[in-house]
Amino acid sequence: MRNGPGSRYALRTAALAYLAVILVVPCSMIVYHTFKDGLEPVWDALTDPAFLHALRLTLLTVAIAVPANTIFGVVCAMALVRRKSDRGSWFFNAAIGLPLALSPVVVGLSLILVYGQDGWFGGWLVDSGIQVIFSIPGIVLATMFVTLPFVVREVIPVLREVGTDQDEAAWTLGASKAQTFWRVTLPAIRWGVAYGIVLTTARALGEYGAVAVVSGRLAGQTETLTIHVDEQYLRFNEVAAYTTSLVLALLAVLTLVAMNVSKPRTQKEVADVDRRPPGDEALR
Amino acid sequence: MTAPAAVAALELTFAASLLVVAVNAVTGTLIAWVLVRDNFRGRSVVNALIDLPFALPTIVAGLTLLAVYGPKSPFGGWADVSYTRTAIVLALLFVTLPFVVRAVQPVLVELDREMEEAAASLGARPATIFRRIVLPNLMPAVLSGAALSFGKAVGEFGSIVLISGNIPFDTEVASVHIFKAIEGDDPAAAAAVSVVLLVLSFAVLVGADVLERRSRRHDA
Repeated sequence: MRNGPGSRYALRTAALAYLAVILVVPCSMIVYHTFKDGLEPVWDALTDPAFLHALRLTLLTVAIAVPANTIFGVVCAMALVRRKSDRGSWFFNAAIGLPLALSPVVVGLSLILVYGQDGWFGGWLVDSGIQVIFSIPGIVLATMFVTLPFVVREVIPVLREVGTDQDEAAWTLGASKAQTFWRVTLPAIRWGVAYGIVLTTARALGEYGAVAVVSGRLAGQTETLTIHVDEQYLRFNEVAAYTTSLVLALLAVLTLVAMNVSKPRTQKEVADVDRRPPGDEALR
Repeated sequence: MTAPAAVAALELTFAASLLVVAVNAVTGTLIAWVLVRDNFRGRSVVNALIDLPFALPTIVAGLTLLAVYGPKSPFGGWADVSYTRTAIVLALLFVTLPFVVRAVQPVLVELDREMEEAAASLGARPATIFRRIVLPNLMPAVLSGAALSFGKAVGEFGSIVLISGNIPFDTEVASVHIFKAIEGDDPAAAAAVSVVLLVLSFAVLVGADVLERRSRRHDA
């Protein structure tokens, strides 16, 4: 479309102004509010035992949820892409996407209804002396629930593009199933997996709603970084709340960088597969 | 479920989400257009910024919004919209920003410009070309992005809970209503509202999936 320079500048200005008001100005406020009273309160907030414990708990949650959902995601994607019939795929697609669209509060509630004191497994859990809700296992479960779809959703399109030719080639040349997976399938989808892991990590670090429902909110015990932000704000420790927010925001920016590094490669990788040399055809 | 506060919360949530989705459909398409068709310094930075609401924890988003639109706003009293419905809409606009942009962008990149050039050479004005040629091609992507942002907006909690004040019948959205019911040890009431959200999320997802397939068929 041939646009006059006038309308082009008008569109550009409108788009950038909207982004500035909705996105950039609010985000810059975190930095301002963190440092407005100087560095000392920031240092105090960062060395507060409650903050350090929250940081450790968040990292522990990430360390459990990310590997678990990566393995699940790859297995689940392979099962969905490589099954023979296409029946009911709308159902599976929606089911995998559900944790993304579901309100985090509803996720937390569903965990309470299953693992809480009056829940399905509640009585059994109480008898065995295991506390899930208002305790660390609940936080980990909630995080795993909300981060479930990311790896699956990133790996499915890559698996589709890659196809099964190379796997079949490896198979006919005598490779075992395990060998085919580790040496052919996994290298082909690795950037899709990497991108999924980045998204999973970002959400696991920052999940608030679901964790807020199942966490007991005990400082130094069941407080993650996001709960710590909320608690500090409610106790009028503004600098501590904004400092913790800044830490989370910096982690988010790191995630963005990682996303932009792994994303183009995903697309390039797929393009490379399409441009395979014709010799590959002979292996069929 | 017939509790008036629950019904009011659900109505507010749907109304705010619909409004936000309508705004997103326009601004998201606009931003995608500028990012794909325009060329200016710092475009790649702006492009990376779009994903920030995905990456930023929702409670952090809530706190930042409170800093801008709250009682201590650096822009003075007129910018203080905390504890009003306007604040809810602003929070939802923040967290749903990427959906339409990211849905429209790839379609716009792939869109064949020859059709537009043909229309222009036949004398169509830019507005006509956009309405008759570009928009119909983008529509499935816009709708699929809109569906996803609706799903997100309906269930949003973290970014809203600090700024909305959570006044029943006024600024209490569905997810906050559920949260309060859980805290008040009334899981039955919480579950009732949750089921409404659950059914809605599932319907939206199936709808988005159908739209996505349709847009993929358009590409082929």
